Amino acid sequence: MANALDVERLSVRFRRNVVLRNLSFSVAEGSALAVIGPNGAGKTVLFRALIDALPHDGTVRWAPGTRIGYVPQKLDIERDLPITGRDFLDAKAAVSQTPRADVGRVLDLVNLPASVAGQPIGALSGGQFQRLLLGVALMGRPTVLLFDEPTAGVDEPGQERLYEMIHRLQETEGLTLLLISHELSVVYRYAANVLCLSRESPCLGPPEEILTPERIEQLYGTPLKYHHH
Amino acid sequence: MQAAALALSVGMAVAAGLVGCFAVMRRMSLASDAMSHVALPGIGIALVFHFHPVIGGFAALVVGTLLVWDLERRTQISTETVIGVVFSLALAVGSMLATGDELVDALLGAPGTLGSWELALGLVGAAAVSVFVLTQRNRLVLALVSADIARTSGIRVARLELAYLIAFAVTVALGLRYLGVLLMGSLIIIPAATAKYLARSLDGMFAIAAVVAVTSTVAGELVAASVHRATGPVIIAIAAALFFASLALRRQPAAR
Repeated sequence: MANALDVERLSVRFRRNVVLRNLSFSVAEGSALAVIGPNGAGKTVLFRALIDALPHDGTVRWAPGTRIGYVPQKLDIERDLPITGRDFLDAKAAVSQTPRADVGRVLDLVNLPASVAGQPIGALSGGQFQRLLLGVALMGRPTVLLFDEPTAGVDEPGQERLYEMIHRLQETEGLTLLLISHELSVVYRYAANVLCLSRESPCLGPPEEILTPERIEQLYGTPLKYHHH
Repeated sequence: MQAAALALSVGMAVAAGLVGCFAVMRRMSLASDAMSHVALPGIGIALVFHFHPVIGGFAALVVGTLLVWDLERRTQISTETVIGVVFSLALAVGSMLATGDELVDALLGAPGTLGSWELALGLVGAAAVSVFVLTQRNRLVLALVSADIARTSGIRVARLELAYLIAFAVTVALGLRYLGVLLMGSLIIIPAATAKYLARSLDGMFAIAAVVAVTSTVAGELVAASVHRATGPVIIAIAAALFFASLALRRQPAAR
């Protein structure tokens, strides 16, 4: 199968602080890669380098015709903006030259009622806002979804639903998925490969190889509990 | 001529209201106020060398804008800080160049009769700014909510930022004559702040900001003429009164 993404010798540094060093990996089309690692390991930095939002060394090569849907971790916006979910979706539709009619399709996909989308974005709950962001990412029919901790600030049943939704979308739309997550059970269940980032040595492989108790303890510094399904 | 002057006031106010919406949403309220002061040294130079003050003011605004944009990108210092420094410098240099009555006029605005080319240029500028905000609204919204979402949607964020700042500078230049460098920033910010408070959607915000800006400007010109006061301060006083009235309006439980 062709690769959706090839990364070779990617390095990112902020002044003298090297955050990512010589990172190389590939992601096959239609597969899911989970990125794990302790805080400060450079997970979000990696994503931002992949979308060319940060200066970096090395090469990042997306397959020709790649369209990226990006779901950022948290947004630094005011709660009282008079921008509705609908305004936000319409904006993405216009910029990605998608017919407005697609807004309805996307709202269905992410299970967000039109009445909720009509509210100002600051009035949405954490879970509703995450689903809106997912909807915005899906406008324009992306081929790749980048997901930075999709469930931060969402309660546990909400998390479960969100991951189910992402997984379903990945299968039905044939998306390639790159996912940053702290939920190791989720990673175990959904990811074909796991990339673990740490200051010492990054590792890459299928979850059953990477998510061993020894590796996890080495990576996070403490034994971590997670459950297989 | 009277009608053309009125058209220019209305055009300037609409442009100010629309540009202000994104300034307020981007938390640039104080920075925008400060940025308008950057025009002062340009006006000072124009007075010294006897060319049109608005041209000098506009040139200074463009230079200031480029400086702010470039410094922000290169040093990662926040826009607020960069504008704060550039503005103080501009005010200092401007006050050295312009003195006495000239300085007061530049600071507070001095409506006189406008030449036909000034009217034409002003109308073109106001139309250009309004068209920019309305046609680029979707890009501006995406970049406002998340620069990374904007980037992955194919928007060149830095370029959009520069275009917005230039639109802002043009708007300030449009109002220099009426409101002066001290008060033009307020006509951009206050109506948009009122709109942000009252509106529940982007279209609503645009509409309210434009209406408040136009109402303040036209009413301000009429009132100022009848009480023989400078126009700028009256316009801003009316805009501020409408802002405070909006605070009372929103207190109604129906607002949410």
